[in-house]
Amino acid sequence: MDLQTTIYLVVGATFALYIGIAIWSRAGSTSEYYAAGGGVHPVLNGMATAADWMSAASFISMAGLISNMGYGGGLFLMGWTGGYVLLACLLAPYLRKFGKFTVPQFIGDRFYSKTASTVAVICLLVASLTYIIGQMTGVGVAFSRFLGVSKEMGVYVGMAIVFTYAVFGGMKGITYTQVAQYTVLIFAYVIPAIFISLAITGNPIPQLGLGSDINGTDVPLLTRLDQVINDLGFGKYTSQLPGSTLNMFVYTMSLMIGTAGLPHVIMRFFTVPNVAAARSSAGWALVFIAILYTTAPAVAAMARMNLHGTLNSAVGVQSDPAGGLKIDSAKVKANADVFAPEASLKYEERPDWMKRWEKTGLLKFEDKNGDGRIQYYNDKTKNEDFKKKAEAAGWKGNELNVNADIIVLANPEIALLPNWVIALVAAGGLAAALSTAAGLLMAISAAISHDLVKGVFAPNISEKGELLAGKIAMACSIIVAGYLGLNPPGFAAGTVALAFGIAASSLFPAIMMGIFSKKMNKEGAMAGMLAGLFVTLFYVFAHKGIFFIKGTEYLNLIGGANSFFGITPEAFGAVGAMVNFIVAFLVDKVTKEPPEHIQHMVENVRIPRGSKPVDGAHAH
Amino acid sequence: MQYKHDAQGYWKATLGLITKVLVIWFLASFGAGILFADVLNGIHLGGYPLGFWFAHQGSIYIFIALIFWYAKKMGDIDREFDVHED
Repeated sequence: MDLQTTIYLVVGATFALYIGIAIWSRAGSTSEYYAAGGGVHPVLNGMATAADWMSAASFISMAGLISNMGYGGGLFLMGWTGGYVLLACLLAPYLRKFGKFTVPQFIGDRFYSKTASTVAVICLLVASLTYIIGQMTGVGVAFSRFLGVSKEMGVYVGMAIVFTYAVFGGMKGITYTQVAQYTVLIFAYVIPAIFISLAITGNPIPQLGLGSDINGTDVPLLTRLDQVINDLGFGKYTSQLPGSTLNMFVYTMSLMIGTAGLPHVIMRFFTVPNVAAARSSAGWALVFIAILYTTAPAVAAMARMNLHGTLNSAVGVQSDPAGGLKIDSAKVKANADVFAPEASLKYEERPDWMKRWEKTGLLKFEDKNGDGRIQYYNDKTKNEDFKKKAEAAGWKGNELNVNADIIVLANPEIALLPNWVIALVAAGGLAAALSTAAGLLMAISAAISHDLVKGVFAPNISEKGELLAGKIAMACSIIVAGYLGLNPPGFAAGTVALAFGIAASSLFPAIMMGIFSKKMNKEGAMAGMLAGLFVTLFYVFAHKGIFFIKGTEYLNLIGGANSFFGITPEAFGAVGAMVNFIVAFLVDKVTKEPPEHIQHMVENVRIPRGSKPVDGAHAH
Repeated sequence: MQYKHDAQGYWKATLGLITKVLVIWFLASFGAGILFADVLNGIHLGGYPLGFWFAHQGSIYIFIALIFWYAKKMGDIDREFDVHED
C-alpha cells in the first residue's frame, strides 16, 4: 500500500474512534459538561491531562528546539514538568476541595468580588486564546502536510472534528477522547525513537540510549556529539546556555509557575472524585507526560547526530541511501577531520528525505562556494581558530538551512521506517493539536458561560439554559479559534510566551495566596494581579510591540533589549509573579482584612474531609 | 491510632511536608540542573555528564517520585488528624 493511502487509513480510523467515544460519553448535566460528572479515575484523568497538556508544540517542535539548544533546551523539559509538582502540592487538592467548576469562580468566591472574578476571566481568555491560535495553525499545517489538502481545508476539518466531540460531549466527551488521543500520540512519538536509538546505540530504550556508547565503539553518544558540533563551530551540546545562567533560571521558573497556573490544566483536576485523587492524579499526569518528555532529549540528540553525520561523512553516523543508519566506527573513534574536502555530502547524492523536505521549503540548500557539496556549520561563531580552519578549507558560509520542526516529523523517514510508522506520526501530531485545542476551548467556554453569563449577567439562569449557553459559547469559540488559525495575526510564535507570562504573573499567585494566606483580602489580590499582569505586558510589549503590532516596540524606554538583568521577554513571567506577590502583601497590609466567613471558607478548603461532588453554585 | 482533632496542627504538618517537597524540587531542578550543573558535569553517569543528565532527565524522574511521595505522606497526615475522606 502506498504511503498516502496508509496515512488516510490510520488518521481516518483514529478520527472514527474519537467521534465514537464522544457519542458514547455525551454530557447530560452541567456537572458532566464542566467536570465530567466528577468521577474520572485518577489514572485516566492523568492520561487526559497529559493529552491536554502536550500540544502540537510539544509533539512537533520541542525536540527540534532542544536539538538546536542542547543543554539549554533543558529549561523546557524542567519547566514544563516541574510545574506539576507545584500543581500537586499547592493548587490541585485545594481547588478540588473548593469543589466548583472554574478558576475565575474560585478567585471570585475567595476574594468575595465579582470584579476579581472578571479580572480572572480576562486573564484566562487572553492566555487561552493566544495559546489556541498556535494549535489551530498547527492543525492546518499537519492536515495539509499529511492529507494533501490545502491549509484552509485542514483548519475546517479540524474545527469540525473538535466541534463534534467538544460541543456534544463537554468535559466528559473531551476527557475520554483525550485518553484515546494520548494513546495515539505517545505510540507515535516513542516508536520511531526506539528504532533510532537501536540503530545508533543498540539500546531499545531511548532514555538509556542517550547515555550509551555509539554502536561498535566505546565512545559515548554525547561525547561524540560534543566533539562533532564543536569541530563545526557550535557550542558544546552538553553545556551551551541560552543567554545566561540567570536567564535560564528565570525562564525555567516562568514555565513552571505558568504551567501550574494555566486554567485548562487546573480544570482537569475538578473531574476527579476527591481530594486524594487530585493529589495522585497530578502524579499520574506527570508519569504520562514524562514518557514523552524524557524521550524528547534522546530524539533531539540522535537526530542532531544523524543530521550532521549525513551531511559530513567524517562524523561516522549517517543515514544510508540503501536503508537505515550506518555507523563507521573507525571515524567515530578517530574523531576524523570534518574539513576534509571529500567529507561534505555531494548535493547530487543527498538522500530522498532531504529531497522531500526541500519541496516544503523547510530545508534549503545554497551552494555558496560552488563545489557542489553541502557545508553545514556555524558561520556565526566568534572562535578565530575555527574561522581560519573553515577559510582554509574553502568554506564560504553555512549552506544549509534546516527548520527545527523537521526533526520529529522527518525522523521516521530518515531512519527509513515502514509506512505505517510515518502514518502513525501523522495521526499523533493531529491528536496532540486537537486534544489541546479541545481542552483550551473547554476552559474558554466555561469561563464565558459559567463565570460571565451565570456569574455576572444572568445569575438565575436554569441548568438547561446554562448548558445551552455553554454549547453556544463553545461553538463561537471554535469559530473564533478557526478564524485566528486561518488568519494568524503574524505573532503566533511569540504569543506562547504571553500565555505563560499571564498565567504565571496573574493567576498562579492569586490562587496560591487565596489558599495559603487566610488574611489576603480582595484589594490585595486584585492589586497584585493587575500589577503582575501590567509589568509582564509592559516588558513583553517593549520587545514585541504593543499588542504585537510591528513598529510599536519601545525598547529605548526600558533601556534596550533584555535590559532587566539580561532576562528575555519569554522568561519574564516569574518576575511578574514576584511583583504580584509583593504588591498584594503591601496593599493587604494597609486595607482591612477579609470577612469572617471567607476566613472560615479558607480553613475549610484546607481540610480534605467532606469534599463534595463538584457543583457550580455561585456564592453570591 | 490516636486521632487528633486539631486544625492548626494539621495545617502545620501540611506546610512542613510541602516545604520538604519544595526544597527537593528546587535542589533537583534549579540546583543540580542549573546552578551546579557545571560542577556536576565533571562527574559522569554512564555516558551522561551529571549536570546535563539532571537538566534533561533526572529532574523529571525526581519530580514524579516527589509527587507520589507527597500524595502518600499527605494521606498519612490526613488519617493522623482524622480529616481524611470517608
